[in-house]
Amino acid sequence: MSELTLTVMRLGFLAVLWLFVIVAVQVIRSDLFGTRVTQRGSARRGAPDRPQAQQRQSAPPPQRQQSGGRGRRGAPTKLVVSEGTLTGTTVALQGQTITLGRAHDSTIVLDDDYASSRHARIYPDRDGQWIVEDLGSTNGTYLDRNRLTTPTPIPLGAPIRIGKTVIELRK
Amino acid sequence: MSSSTTNTTTISTAGPPSRRNTELAMLVFAVIIPVFAYANAGLALSDEMPSGMLSYGLGLGLLAGVGHLVVRKFAPYADPLLLPIATLLNGLGLVLIWRLDQSRRLADRAEAVDQVFSPSAPNQLIYSALGVALFVGVLILLKDHRLLQRYTYISMVAALILLILPVFFPARFGARIWITIGGFSIQPGEFAKIIIAVFFSGYLMVKRDALALASRRFMGLYLPRGRDLGPILVVWGMSILILVFETDLGTSLLFFGLFVVMLYVATERTSWIVFGLLMSAVGAVGVASFEPHVQQRVDAWLDPFAAFKTGGSDQIAQALMAFGSGGVFGTGLGQGNSDLIGFAANSDFILATVGEELGLAGTMGVLLLYGLIVERGVRTALAARDPFGKLLAIGLSAAFAIQVFVVAGGVMGLIPLTGMTMPFIASGGSSVIANWALVAILIKVSDTARRPAPAPAPTTDAEMTQVVRP
Repeated sequence: MSELTLTVMRLGFLAVLWLFVIVAVQVIRSDLFGTRVTQRGSARRGAPDRPQAQQRQSAPPPQRQQSGGRGRRGAPTKLVVSEGTLTGTTVALQGQTITLGRAHDSTIVLDDDYASSRHARIYPDRDGQWIVEDLGSTNGTYLDRNRLTTPTPIPLGAPIRIGKTVIELRK
Repeated sequence: MSSSTTNTTTISTAGPPSRRNTELAMLVFAVIIPVFAYANAGLALSDEMPSGMLSYGLGLGLLAGVGHLVVRKFAPYADPLLLPIATLLNGLGLVLIWRLDQSRRLADRAEAVDQVFSPSAPNQLIYSALGVALFVGVLILLKDHRLLQRYTYISMVAALILLILPVFFPARFGARIWITIGGFSIQPGEFAKIIIAVFFSGYLMVKRDALALASRRFMGLYLPRGRDLGPILVVWGMSILILVFETDLGTSLLFFGLFVVMLYVATERTSWIVFGLLMSAVGAVGVASFEPHVQQRVDAWLDPFAAFKTGGSDQIAQALMAFGSGGVFGTGLGQGNSDLIGFAANSDFILATVGEELGLAGTMGVLLLYGLIVERGVRTALAARDPFGKLLAIGLSAAFAIQVFVVAGGVMGLIPLTGMTMPFIASGGSSVIANWALVAILIKVSDTARRPAPAPAPTTDAEMTQVVRP
């Protein structure tokens, strides 16, 4: 066997071995749980030279939308934070329970002194109507001006106030 | 103020996917690499594709496929990396052992000592199959890892028996770590490490509050009460006894190190690590000063090249030279002279062959693969919801990590050499079988840990529990 072939195979083998390690690390990276944060608008403006990364990052949500998107007509499709430090953040509503609070595993992690660690949750009932429920928070959850005492259906566009944060459901 | 900073982020929940297809893809990759290595070694050694290439490739692929199907059925949410990495290491080990079987030097040496030379690779393939069979068995029979918690004290007794048994069998190669039953020899220490991890996690889960909270603060350290020191003293004494009567440095280190790691994880008290290091240092120095076998190992570690002058065993010296001649990219598979190590070249010293033929780059890759297994184990422990599962996952990955460190450190001359085998790579039935069982338990724990929690059911009686406010 020629010297050249063996050298190529030797270096090729090392390359393949390292490729495996790198792919494994990539698997770990994509394996992190929790919420997926996608940059809209500003990312496109800020990093025009990375269209591929943008594409990859934004690829999964549409797929998910497909699976959970069979809502009623006029049902809200997203939850928008309209006041507070997280203003502008949106969460797509796809039939999953959304938890709010200061706990790190919440869907929306509130950085707010008036919020409890597990403050409230928003979930669809069996008919697809979105319900907000206070989880025994200290300072309460307000829908419009009323403090919640019971799981309550959320009208479209009604402000839900938690501490300094206001969220609402939009189409 | 807050409204001036407008976020432009969308949050969507990424549910825990089962990742079985990722595992399958990685597994295919993990089977192809050893086949490539096999072809490479064959071409370098004899200028032709090795004859057994198809059967080795198919054998490994079959084992991996069976493992994958069983994981898919019985642990659908398990970690996607543990099985592929274990398969890759096992396959690489098979290639390296096969490559050392082809060595004329090792064959001559074996014929001079035992009159016969039998290749180890076919045996290793059988052991790997047995290992995967045990892997499958554990996944099918162990419905929930928490069942192991019932056997806390039974596993203590079993582990002690396994550790003590070798004392009654004749020493082989200077250490009493084998038990021989009708031609077969087993290293019970390999199995004992799993059983001990079960015992420690069951024990510490119950006792950790007493160990963690009842302590006095002294010079920044939390000193445990005297009576809480009891267990650590007992384990320390046990590991010293193993060292003295079985002259087995590796198992002793593994046993004690595992306990200290698990104590630390269970109680979050740094003082245990300080105590553990002090006690193991005292114990090791004490035993090394009067036990000739251990002393010999320490001398060989301090001056490995003395063997060429005084004529002792030159294994460590040869291993160091193998690493040196490998350089950064290695000599290529089948083109090194690591067979000069002679005895145990394909078991305890197999890392030297990796070092010579794959070089620094390859050795780093292999060590990273071990690191990834340990990382996945620790990640599993973090994700596990029950304290027993957390401790068990930490214990098993710590045992795995300590074993890799002890062997690799010994072969590279970092610490005195001990009689342990590189998990999955080295030739040796007990080691391969036990480590497949270890990976199976980790996979089972990770399956439970990553299984999506049942969603909090939307309350159906929302209308019934109205609170009427004035």
